[in-house]
Amino acid sequence: MSTKPHFEYLLRLGDNALVSGQRLGELVTRAPELEEEMALANFALDCVGQARMFYTYAAEIEGQGRDEDQLAFLRDQIDFRNLLLVEQPNGDFACTIARQFLFLSAYQIQLDELTRSSDKRIAEIAARAVKEVAYQLRHTRQWLIRLGDGTDESHDRMQKAIDDLWRFTGEMFIADEIDEWAAAENVGPNPAALQAPWNDFVQQALQEATLTRPQDAWMDTGGKHGRHTEHLGYLLAEMQYMQRAYPGAAW
Amino acid sequence: MYAAGLPRCSVVIADVYKLLSEVPDPEIPILSIADLGIVRDVVIDGEKVTVTLTPTYSACPATEVIEASVYEHLRANGITDVHVHRALSPPWTTDWISAEGRRKLAEYGIAPPAGSTAKKSLRGDDLRIACPRCHSTNSVKVSEFGSTPCKAAYKCGDCLEPFEYFKCI
Repeated sequence: MSTKPHFEYLLRLGDNALVSGQRLGELVTRAPELEEEMALANFALDCVGQARMFYTYAAEIEGQGRDEDQLAFLRDQIDFRNLLLVEQPNGDFACTIARQFLFLSAYQIQLDELTRSSDKRIAEIAARAVKEVAYQLRHTRQWLIRLGDGTDESHDRMQKAIDDLWRFTGEMFIADEIDEWAAAENVGPNPAALQAPWNDFVQQALQEATLTRPQDAWMDTGGKHGRHTEHLGYLLAEMQYMQRAYPGAAW
Repeated sequence: MYAAGLPRCSVVIADVYKLLSEVPDPEIPILSIADLGIVRDVVIDGEKVTVTLTPTYSACPATEVIEASVYEHLRANGITDVHVHRALSPPWTTDWISAEGRRKLAEYGIAPPAGSTAKKSLRGDDLRIACPRCHSTNSVKVSEFGSTPCKAAYKCGDCLEPFEYFKCI
């Protein structure tokens, strides 16, 4: 199997998980209630654990002597391959829920496909992760409905959050040469094939939440090729500070 | 009778399993890693002992502590050539918690996982969880997430005590 696209493919999976985990981790001590804080911190931990497994494998495939920590803490913004959606700031609670819901609903479908990957190691990681993402998505969907079908204020904020983030959803379903390689090798699904089931799932949840599905219009893209929104730089600056300031520092 | 020239094995599998049943889970120390069902395999090759463990959750912070405890405990008992192998597949499920483990959890005050993962518990449907103190099933879920990823917070409607429930996953 070709090393370069294989490494890139794993990096994308790892980066989506790590950046999601870091964003959720930012909510520790800032969540709207104690129970929710524990839930979000639990999710953050799951995400970081998934990132570690993908990075460890990516580093082995790359074979350049790097490890999970170097991939997480010593790469620059331009080298990150996560979706633009997952790096968007937490904003208000509706915004956090909208981001997590839109991403997790696609990630869940992707992981489910990955459990049947021709790459045994990816299939194993996905089989573990898909169970965790199932309860994250369930929890997030419940909040979407509670806030959307709640008070006028919560409804308006939830709708605004969905509207604001919608332009980052298109990127999840656009295949490039790495995705085509993965599909050809039966390593992972073609992202375009995930769109129809995602649409159905999202449409049903939005309807239940009395929210309106935004019209598909211009979509923002570039994350998978290292062209990020301004927000990722701040996230990385905070996350990587310690390793950059004190190289090799360990617990 | 051992064939002449064949090295005799001084370590016995049953002994290794017994030692592993003495290694506690760092987060729920009344449970051993054997009760938890994460010991997948033990292979003895001459003096070399390989233990295969399956982590519970992707980021379970206890995984590394458990691996270190296994090394330490086996070495302290005279097994020097210890290897710990981490196997992700098949993924761990609460179905692997032993009957003994379930009993210990309830005694400790944590409601054990209800039913098996094949059932509706996986879909998050609300279940009647028995209070580990008074055994009443008149309980309500306070939060799906508790002090660790594997537990949810419940409250008993009869004895009014809050308790933790080990989620079915």
